[in-house]
Amino acid sequence: METNERDVLMTNGQSVPKDAKVRVENLDFWYGTNHVLKNVVLDIQAHEVTALIGPSGCGKSTLLRCFNRMNELIPGVRLEGRVLIDGRDIYRNADPVMVRRRIGMVFQKPNPFPKTIYENVIWGARVNGYKGNEAELVEECLRKAALWDEVKDRLNAHAYGLSGGQQQRLCIARTLAVAPDVVLMDEPASALDPIATAKLEETILQLKERYTIIIVTHNMQQAGRISDRTAFFYLGELIEVDATDQLFTRPARKRTEDYITGRFG
Amino acid sequence: MTGSQHVSKGSFAGTHGGEDLSVNVFHSPKERAVEYALGFCTLVSALTTLGIAGVLIFESLNFFAEVSIIEFLTETRWTPQFSEKHFGIWPLLSGTLLITVIAAFVALPIGLMSAIFIAEYAPSRVRKVLKPGLELLAGIPTVVYGYFALTFMTPLLQNFIPGLNIYNALSAGIVVGVMIIPMVSSLSEDAIRAVPRSLAEGAYALGATRIEVVLRVMVPGAISGIMASFILALSRAVGETMIVTLAAGAMPNLTANPTESVQTMTAFIVNVSLGDTPQGTVEFYSLFAVGLVLFLMTLSMNFLANLIIRKYRERY
Repeated sequence: METNERDVLMTNGQSVPKDAKVRVENLDFWYGTNHVLKNVVLDIQAHEVTALIGPSGCGKSTLLRCFNRMNELIPGVRLEGRVLIDGRDIYRNADPVMVRRRIGMVFQKPNPFPKTIYENVIWGARVNGYKGNEAELVEECLRKAALWDEVKDRLNAHAYGLSGGQQQRLCIARTLAVAPDVVLMDEPASALDPIATAKLEETILQLKERYTIIIVTHNMQQAGRISDRTAFFYLGELIEVDATDQLFTRPARKRTEDYITGRFG
Repeated sequence: MTGSQHVSKGSFAGTHGGEDLSVNVFHSPKERAVEYALGFCTLVSALTTLGIAGVLIFESLNFFAEVSIIEFLTETRWTPQFSEKHFGIWPLLSGTLLITVIAAFVALPIGLMSAIFIAEYAPSRVRKVLKPGLELLAGIPTVVYGYFALTFMTPLLQNFIPGLNIYNALSAGIVVGVMIIPMVSSLSEDAIRAVPRSLAEGAYALGATRIEVVLRVMVPGAISGIMASFILALSRAVGETMIVTLAAGAMPNLTANPTESVQTMTAFIVNVSLGDTPQGTVEFYSLFAVGLVLFLMTLSMNFLANLIIRKYRERY
């Protein structure tokens, strides 16, 4: 399937707004000689949840990791094209550490530090030179991550005593403490049970008011429940991006339809 | 064979395919023989260790029958081969401690920093060369290190420290330190690399710089392994014999001055063992008393290591 820029723009049904929060321009990405992202063009709007979906190996996680330059930690990668945040290129004349302070990330498996709950939340803020009231920041971030009520009496308990879902929300709180405006989530519920997943999705919807959220998910029901826009990837190409209800009910392309109806993937 | 599903016409030896499930396979004589052979080998090494400790204690009793423990622990002179004999352990103990402390100052920082470099900074091509290269250092016979201390390190140090004794604690201690660097770096590197990558990624994603990730996530995460490498390496330094025998001298000397000649417990044991000390004399038995102290020292170091590891352990 060949996709070019025009196809993607057409499926938007409208011209691309000028004030995209995150803009991906003709992005190509290689692991060694493996071409994993092919000429991706994508705009992500502020205060929306954008879901990246597609079968394994389609490049959606790689794209997510391009947004905060985490891919650079792996040797032998190459990137062409541009990624802009608020119109500013995050690759040229930009420091990866500064980029990551503006664009937080929550990982597939909860990865709290082997420290107390309190220390976990404040860690990133301290590293970034936070000078305000630490206790207030910890409470604020735990509240935003919908974890405060569950842990307020045991902030000095070890984070590993929390359940998987709580650990994942702790990781969200830790990310928010650095005050990013974009939060990336890489299949954040894949290691969680249904109840913890529901709680996490609720949290994500609350965060939308203040943050721009980009989420990679294997779970199409989840994409349907929480995202405003959905982008479908296949073999490194962006096949289609549209409002989530539009894409799930009236996909413009056959490949998208086959995937969301479960004919492959 | 009753099974008609069998595709192959071959048959299995023993019980397979037969109706009798009670045939003794799990507890067959062959299985038992293996179990006993393995158990015997374990027993041999365990009994050897116990035996050594037993001999040390038993022979030390002969020593302490003639020299009181009070004298052993309070006297400040160690002169078993003089006509006026004194049996105070402190000069030997201080010699060992001095060498160990000097070695620690050399090996712990250098070993840990090279571990961090190899684990976190070196590109994989460099690491593949560096790590075996460092471990090669551990294969150098200690007698070579000893000559290196005596014929290279000491003359080198004499350029900076005029009047430095040809036999001195400093040169021996530095070279013992060099000898244990590979142990510290290799074990610490293993510990650092055992910290899950996901923790480092989490830290990077929060806007941490490389050194922040290393110092605030990787090293704390690996601290129990790093501590273990320190203690193991220092045990090695305490027990090191050839280097100190060759380069530190043979004069029991209660001092903290590294430019002086000292004798360690191990060097004393070598000197007396090689000399013409007749069996059955108090000098002869003093070997075992010194050996016992050495043994207790490494034992308590290992105990201390366990305490530290438990206190600082970060689970993940």
